[in-house]
Amino acid sequence: MYVAVKGGEAAIDAAHAWLAEERRGDPAVPELGLDQIAQQLGLAVDRVMAEASLYDPELAALALKQAQGDVIEAVFLLRAYRTTLPRLGVSLPVDTGAMQIDRRISAAFKDLPGGQVLGPTYDYTHRLLDFTLAAHGEPPTPPCAVPQAGAMPRVLDLLADEGLIEREMPPADETGAVPDLTREPLAYPAGRALRLQGLARGDEGFLLALAYSTQRGYGRNHPFAGEIRQGQVTVEVEVPELGFAIEIGEITLTECQMINQFKGDAERPAQFTRGYGLVFGRGERKAMAMALVDRALRAEELGEAIQGPAQDEEFVLSHADNVEASGFVQHLKLPHYVDFQAELQLVRALRAQRPEEQREAAE
Amino acid sequence: MSGAEGYNFAYLDEQTKRMIRRALLKAVAVPGYQVPFASREMPLPYGWGTGGIQVTAAVLGRDDTLKVIDQGADDTTNAVSIRRFFARTAGVATTTATAEATVIQTRHRIPEQALTEDQILVYQVPIPEPLRWLEPRETESRMLHALGDYGVMQVELYEDIAIHGKIKRAYDYPVEVAGRYLTSPSPIPKFDNPKLGDCPALQLFGAGREKRIYAIPPHTPVRSLDFEDHPFSLDHPGVPCAICGDTESYLDEIVTDDRGGRLFVCSDTDHCQSRQKEHGHAA
Repeated sequence: MYVAVKGGEAAIDAAHAWLAEERRGDPAVPELGLDQIAQQLGLAVDRVMAEASLYDPELAALALKQAQGDVIEAVFLLRAYRTTLPRLGVSLPVDTGAMQIDRRISAAFKDLPGGQVLGPTYDYTHRLLDFTLAAHGEPPTPPCAVPQAGAMPRVLDLLADEGLIEREMPPADETGAVPDLTREPLAYPAGRALRLQGLARGDEGFLLALAYSTQRGYGRNHPFAGEIRQGQVTVEVEVPELGFAIEIGEITLTECQMINQFKGDAERPAQFTRGYGLVFGRGERKAMAMALVDRALRAEELGEAIQGPAQDEEFVLSHADNVEASGFVQHLKLPHYVDFQAELQLVRALRAQRPEEQREAAE
Repeated sequence: MSGAEGYNFAYLDEQTKRMIRRALLKAVAVPGYQVPFASREMPLPYGWGTGGIQVTAAVLGRDDTLKVIDQGADDTTNAVSIRRFFARTAGVATTTATAEATVIQTRHRIPEQALTEDQILVYQVPIPEPLRWLEPRETESRMLHALGDYGVMQVELYEDIAIHGKIKRAYDYPVEVAGRYLTSPSPIPKFDNPKLGDCPALQLFGAGREKRIYAIPPHTPVRSLDFEDHPFSLDHPGVPCAICGDTESYLDEIVTDDRGGRLFVCSDTDHCQSRQKEHGHAA
């Protein structure tokens, strides 16, 4: 008699043991330390922190190690940890204007107060494999960057002073709770604050493709990279008992402000509008993509024709989360015997009731 | 003993459980209505039953006995994994016997054995919105529910009959709950639909990725959509279970060789095994 094999306890245990062995690799090769990952694979750590919405380089490094470098799996691990953490309070808005700058560029002005600061960028490297790295050699030490002192005004504020770009208006009521899509189910229309939260934790690849689509005619919005800045900001919380704000730490952020054309309408003269991107760590590609998609999603607010998926809030927000997407796509490998059986019976029934001659013609 | 170190009983913190219980109460008060809830990220992937797991975590008490099935079986890998999750995080008793369980979490099936008033059946739901394939937008489908405007579904079913002579839905067959809301029964085969109505057990549905909870309270009327001249009907392969001989249970088809050999056996493993014990059939 045939006995149905349906996996079971032993199979799971064996799979996990095999996985642990694969993860470790050859025991003769030294094991990776979390400090090595956090220091030497820092951009991967940054991406995991950004998409997991949790700023903790050490835990992100652990997640990457546990996931064998699979970024989405690492994001998932960190998210599943984050979700259990109590919300002790809400920080004050961080002031990116007061950022301790590592990098700051504008594609809109050749020179500007504070200057252009390239910082540690791959932008102008030649993508030639560096075999000295493979040979455990160290590349020549470049001149050390001098931390930027002095004021570094936001590029877009310079335009706003002239009235050429819309002003970023704070919400009418700033005292209310900050909306949080990880604590409340998302309802549409979501509004810009929640949209930005969704984009900030959204999948970089998805946002990159959507942003790219706006550049190829699916919701064109004529962007200029007004300013990209990267560096450290302090995080402050107001403690009710003290009555003033205290610093609780410093985080690295990348901010992108796009300047986009707006033709004007009956009520508003022609002026530039904004798209905004902000991500944890040095996620410049993501910050730029986010800014393009943010601006595309403002189409309705600005009375523009909706011509592409990047302009459709429900489409973008319901599909940007890579933990959701990865889970649902991969759940197809779970057993579906029961439904498939029901479909088999249906197809057989549909075929059986077809007239004989039709069936013959089809075959 | 609360289970896994560093985590609350049944994994979720009490504030989250309270939020889920409030959604459950609303769902029971408005049968078939999809209540939005602040679904948490769970340590199991979306699509693996995060909605059902959150509902189970919210209703589970220390004295409960939990059964978990997937495709009707207790020994499918995902059922094993979820049962272990609660054994580890809640330390509750688990069982494979339908009659012994107080909470049953399921994916894609309703147990063959009739449930009782002392039991809760928790369904894992991938797509809670029955109108999703007809209207992908949440903003639109919520409006259609508010208006009770289900013409689009009736037309869909009518077109199936006009073109194919029968309704082409073998699973996730839409139902009307308590004469009001059009509801997805989750991807159970339509064979199981008659068990949804007038069920003594409380039926709770959790969709984690889609952040929705809904319920069919005990003894609620549930109608599978049909037409007067095309009443709802069931498909059955017309053979008994090859192991226990049952002619009325839902059967899995097993391919036994590459020459067209097929065997039909009960999808509900507990049902099949208890029949084997009763009737002395050898497996």
